[in-house]
Amino acid sequence: MIFGENFRIAFRALWANKMRSLLTTLGIVIGVAGVIGVVSIVQGLQHLLTKQFEGLGANFMIVQPRQQFGGPGMVQKPVRLTWDDGLAIRDAVAGIERITPQVFGAAQVKYRDRVHSSFAIGVNQDWPAVNNFAVDRGRFFNKLDLDRRQKVAVLGLDVVDELRLADPLGKEIYLGSVPVTVIGVMEEKGQTLGQNLDDLIFVPFDTALGVFGRSAAEQVQLRLRLEGTDDVDQVREEIRQLLRRRHRLADGDPDDFQIVVQDEILEQTNTLLGAVTLVVAVLVGISLVVGGIGIMNIMLVSVTERTREIGIRKSVGARRQDILVQFLIEAVTLSIVGGAIGLLLGYGAGRLATSLIPGDLPPAHVPLWAIVIAFGFSTVVGVFFGIYPAGKAARLDPIEALRYE
Amino acid sequence: MALIELRAVRKIYEVGSETVRALDGLDLDVERGSYAAVMGASGSGKSTLMNLVGCLDRPTSGHYRLAGTAVEDLGEDELARLRNREIGFVFQTFNLLARTAAVANVELPLIYAGVARRERRERAREALEQVGLGDRMLHQTSELSGGQRQRVAVARALVNNPSILLADEPTGNLDTATSREIMELFDRLHGAGNTVIVVTHEPDIAARTHRQVVLRDGRVVADTESGP
Ligand SMILES: Nc1ncnc2c1ncn2[C@@H]1O[C@H](COP(=O)(O)OP(=O)(O)O)[C@@H](O)[C@H]1O
Ligand SMILES: [Mg+2]
Repeated sequence: MIFGENFRIAFRALWANKMRSLLTTLGIVIGVAGVIGVVSIVQGLQHLLTKQFEGLGANFMIVQPRQQFGGPGMVQKPVRLTWDDGLAIRDAVAGIERITPQVFGAAQVKYRDRVHSSFAIGVNQDWPAVNNFAVDRGRFFNKLDLDRRQKVAVLGLDVVDELRLADPLGKEIYLGSVPVTVIGVMEEKGQTLGQNLDDLIFVPFDTALGVFGRSAAEQVQLRLRLEGTDDVDQVREEIRQLLRRRHRLADGDPDDFQIVVQDEILEQTNTLLGAVTLVVAVLVGISLVVGGIGIMNIMLVSVTERTREIGIRKSVGARRQDILVQFLIEAVTLSIVGGAIGLLLGYGAGRLATSLIPGDLPPAHVPLWAIVIAFGFSTVVGVFFGIYPAGKAARLDPIEALRYE
Repeated sequence: MALIELRAVRKIYEVGSETVRALDGLDLDVERGSYAAVMGASGSGKSTLMNLVGCLDRPTSGHYRLAGTAVEDLGEDELARLRNREIGFVFQTFNLLARTAAVANVELPLIYAGVARRERRERAREALEQVGLGDRMLHQTSELSGGQRQRVAVARALVNNPSILLADEPTGNLDTATSREIMELFDRLHGAGNTVIVVTHEPDIAARTHRQVVLRDGRVVADTESGP
C-alpha cells in the first residue's frame, strides 16, 4: 500500500483529536527542546571559551592564590601570593619570557563632573604582551613609568566613551581619589563572560595598590608568557617547587596556589560543559521515554477507539501490514511533530538565554547534527513505543473488530 | 466447477462450557452469475456462512473453494487480497467510516488495491453514480439517510469489480421503501452479470432472487430454484 496514503490517514486521525495529539507530544516536545536548547547554549559557550583562551596561546600561564578550605573548626591559614613571589619566579626559573602581576577590582573614575563605575587593573609593562592586548592610541606604560611610580593610566574604549573624552591623551582623571594622567587607549576587545574587556583602566601595579589598599598586594595574580611551548610542564613544576619553598609548605600540605595553563583551561571548561551536557542528556532521555510512554498510551486508546474502523479496513482488504504501518506512521508522526515543535522551542529558548546572559555570547547556534539527532530520536521513540499498539491493531480479527461496540 | 463450493463446513464456537455449532456440516454450491437468497431463523447460521464465504472468517473444519482456490490453505494476506479483489460485502449496519466523505469510503478498497489517487477518485465517483449518489460524493456519512448510507456501502462493495456481492440483511435497518430501492439496485447488479447472495428474513425480498437457500441449525434444509 502506498506510503503517502498512510500519512494522510495518520494526519487526518491526529487532526481529528488536535488537543489530545498536542498534549501527547508534550513529553517529546520538552525532551527535544531540552536537547536543542542546551546544545545551542553549550555550543555557544564552548565556541567562545575556546576562542578566548586559544588566543592566549599554549605558552600562557596563570599563577593564582588558592584558598584552603579546612574542616569545621579549623583555623584557616591566610593565603598569600605576592609580586615578590613573581620576581623570585622570574629570577630563578628559566624559560620565562615575560611575567606581570595583576590586581583587579571595581573602581570609580571621574573626569570633571563625569563619574563612571569601572574596573581598575594594576599590572606592569609586560601585561599587553603576555595577554595579547595592544594599544590603539598613545602608549602603554613602560618600565621607567613603573620605577618612577608615575601616576598614569591606559583606558579601555568604553571608559573613554563613558567619560566623553574627545581627546583623552594627556587628560588628568581621578581613579578613586588618585589623580592619573591618561597616556594611552587600548584596542577594542569586546565582551567576554560577564566581563567587558573595554571597560578597564590599566594602571601601574603600585598605583593600583594605592587605590585598592596594601592588602591587595597579598593576593596577586601572576601572568606569564613562556619562551616556548615545549617545556611548559617543566617550568610549571619548577614554579611549583619554588612557591612551596617560599610559602614554607610542609610535605603533606596541599599547594596554596594554583598554576593554570591554556590547555587546562580549555580542558576544564570542556569537562564542565561535558558534565552539563551529560546531565541534560540523561534528563532529556528520561523525558523522551516518558514522552514515548505517553504516545504508546494514547495509541493504545486510539486502537481501542478505532477497533471498528480497523475491522472495516480489514473487511475491504487491508492486510496486517497495512494496519501496522498506518498506526506506526501515526505514532511516528506524533513524535516527529513533537520533535519539530521542540526544535523550534529549544532554539527559541537558546536565543533567549544567550540574549539574557550578559557578555558577548555568540548567537545560539544549532548544529545540523543536533537537528538530525532530535528528529532521529523522535522517530526512534515513535517507532519503539508505537510498534506495540500498531501490532495490536494489526492482529485484530476482522469479524470481532466489526462486532466491537 | 461452481464459483463457490462449500463441503461439510463446520463452524464451532466454544462459549464457556457450551459448544455452539453455528454451521454444522453445511454443503453448498453457488454458480457464477447466480442471484440467491439465504433465509432462516435468527441464529440459524446465516451470518456465519456469509462471513466464511466472504473470507472474513475461517471454518473450524470442512472445505471452501472459491473459484477453484482452496481458501482454508490461504494465509492472512491472501485472504485480505481475496476480500479486496473477489468479494464485495454489504453489512446490515453499513459499516462506513464515520466523519469521512462518502467518496472516501468508496475509495477504501481501491487504496488497498494500490490504485493511484486520481483513478481511485474517478472509479469511486462512477460507483456512487451507479447507486444514484453522484450528487452526494462529498457528504459525510453522518449527513446521509439510512438508505443513502447503505447505497454508499453498496458502491464500496462494487467499486473494485468483485466476483461476488454478499449482503447480510442489507435492508434490516431500512424502511420498506428504502429496502425496495436497495433491492432494485441488487436486481440491476445481477442483471449486469454479478453474482449476488443476499441474506434476508423477508419473503418478498427473497422472491426477487432466483434461488432460496434455507438454513436451520447450521445446515441447509431447503434449496429451491425459482429462476427465470
Ligand atoms: N463469535 C461468536 N461466538 C459465539 N457464538 C457465536 C459467535 N458468532 C455466532 N455465534 C452463534 O452462532 C450461531 C449462528 O449465528 P449467526 O450466524 O449470527 O446466525 P444468524 O445470522 O443466522 O442469525 C448463533 O447461535 C450465535 O449465537
Ligand atoms: Mg445474522
